[in-house]
Amino acid sequence: MFSRDRWDEILEALNANKFRTLLTAFGVFWGITILVLLLALTNGLKHGVMADFGNFATNSMFMWTQGTSKPYKGLPKGRNFNYKLDDVEAIKSEIPNIKYVSPRNQLGGFRGNNNVIRGTKTGAFEIYGDYPEFIKQQPLDILQGRFISYSDINDKRKICVVGTGVIKGLYDKNEDALGTYIKINGVNFMVVGTFKMSNSQGDKEQDANTIYIPFTTFGQAFNRGDNVGWMAVTAVDDVPITSIKQKIFDLMKFRHKIDPTDDRAIGHFDLSEQFARVNGLFTILSIVGYFVGSLVLMSGIIGISNIMLIVVKERTKEIGIRRALGATPWVVKSQILQESLILTILSGMVGISFSALVIWILNYLLDMNGPVDNFANPSVSMGVVFTALIILVVSGLLAGLIPANSATKMKPVDALRIE
Amino acid sequence: MIQIKDLHKSYHMGTNSLHVLKGINFNVKEGEMVSIMGSSGSGKSTLLNILGILDEADSGSYILDGVPIKNLNEKVAANYRNKFLGFIFQSFNLINYKTALDNVAMPLYYQGVKRQERIEKAEHYLEKVGLAEWSHHLPNELSGGQKQRVAIARALASDPKVLLADEPTGALDSKTSQEVMELIQGINDEGKTILMVTHEHDIAQMTKRIVHIKDGLIIDDNPVEQVRASLYV
Repeated sequence: MFSRDRWDEILEALNANKFRTLLTAFGVFWGITILVLLLALTNGLKHGVMADFGNFATNSMFMWTQGTSKPYKGLPKGRNFNYKLDDVEAIKSEIPNIKYVSPRNQLGGFRGNNNVIRGTKTGAFEIYGDYPEFIKQQPLDILQGRFISYSDINDKRKICVVGTGVIKGLYDKNEDALGTYIKINGVNFMVVGTFKMSNSQGDKEQDANTIYIPFTTFGQAFNRGDNVGWMAVTAVDDVPITSIKQKIFDLMKFRHKIDPTDDRAIGHFDLSEQFARVNGLFTILSIVGYFVGSLVLMSGIIGISNIMLIVVKERTKEIGIRRALGATPWVVKSQILQESLILTILSGMVGISFSALVIWILNYLLDMNGPVDNFANPSVSMGVVFTALIILVVSGLLAGLIPANSATKMKPVDALRIE
Repeated sequence: MIQIKDLHKSYHMGTNSLHVLKGINFNVKEGEMVSIMGSSGSGKSTLLNILGILDEADSGSYILDGVPIKNLNEKVAANYRNKFLGFIFQSFNLINYKTALDNVAMPLYYQGVKRQERIEKAEHYLEKVGLAEWSHHLPNELSGGQKQRVAIARALASDPKVLLADEPTGALDSKTSQEVMELIQGINDEGKTILMVTHEHDIAQMTKRIVHIKDGLIIDDNPVEQVRASLYV
């Protein structure tokens, strides 16, 4: 179908009126550029907002206790209770499809008092008591040493893993932190690892000013016993936590003698629900991007169709001559179709390349000027590019269809008579 | 070569209908050179268009080289035109953005002839009409006579059974006309069947047979003593 002769024919026809060809091509060029850029910007926005979730395992929820709001089994309302370590075991054993349950305790916090001392230096840091699984829910880049292990938990070792902010606050430059001791609320802990947050965008500073110690050590050292401050629960990948969280609440209510209808006793934050909501928002934004982009593209395509109609009209006589010389209607039609197809695809390719350039410049500027809130790494996947190409091919054919038909509608004898 | 029986054709324009051909009977043998004469509106061009399968008769039969031409779809019609017929038009009808060579090669392109062979053949026919050194010129760089000679080369390129010429000298001055007629006579001498519509008597005298059409009927069909165009040149 695409022989060299055909190419020559098409290029000759397109070259016959260069300026018009260029203007026509611009419509499609512009349409595809806007389509790709819209999708890239949507992606940039998505990356930016998703970065706020950190990279916490998204199929997770946090739950804590809030005090009962209903009397039950002779117990009064307004009663406070605590999760215990047994609750963790109970959840793991009785609720199916749970991947990780991490009990956590916290000391210090936002603008807390100085609670860590090393020699003459002091600092206010967030201290978390954690289980080894926690690093799988909240990935950290371990820079030196290791994270908490189960032997730390079992032996209640006084060790800690510290963030880069802690190093900056308590150590001199180039001082090796591993093996040194820091005093947390008067208790000495040995530093066995340092970390930084992987891919954090939001609270960089807060994340880096964090110290992790074994959960069991935390309970013993700071008088929490086996109380659990809150839990981070992650479900297996294909079961949304949202669908099983009620079972967990019911189990907790049963174990702590809480009225099953008391919804206020247990507080929780469902990360997966929030994540799904944000994801949904961006899905809609992408659809809007496709929709708007396609509409702009369509006006470009109508432009091509329009011009092809004029071209066919202008070339009525030429087409008549060709048919007198033996061109079948299909040959004439396919030539018109191919002209519009090539015009569409060529200008579309240029559009895609141009928008790729714009995206590259955007990324370059972002890299140069540091991160911007809620916007990062605008990009489109190869999938989008292929979709755009398919849209181009289909629309090129559509654009050529009407002109191609009108080219062969006239009888050759009438076409020849036109001056 | 051409057998026509009781050919009728009428055009409809709104409620009016115009009966152009009212029963034409007419045969042409291989190697003949026939001119069709008549005043404008007599139906001579309509007849030529039907002979050229560019238009279709309402009734009657038309047999071209043993093949009945009736109810053809456009694809078959295009193939027949390409295989059986060569057209020469009054206004040349060259494609103006193609070189003389490409214009001549065009019927071969539609025949599916390979590029190299096509160019060789086209060059051969251009040489035959004496325009070998003009092969890479565009039509608008050629004179009227040269254009018509390119058109004749194009009509010959597919080696058709019949050449159909519609006023081939209508747009040329008399000297160029004679040159073109000399060329056409030469082609006829080689055995090609030629039908020509004209209203110029001296041009008609250069063919071998003159058919007069008036009001859609043949009123006169006589062989003539051919006048060689070379006598005038």
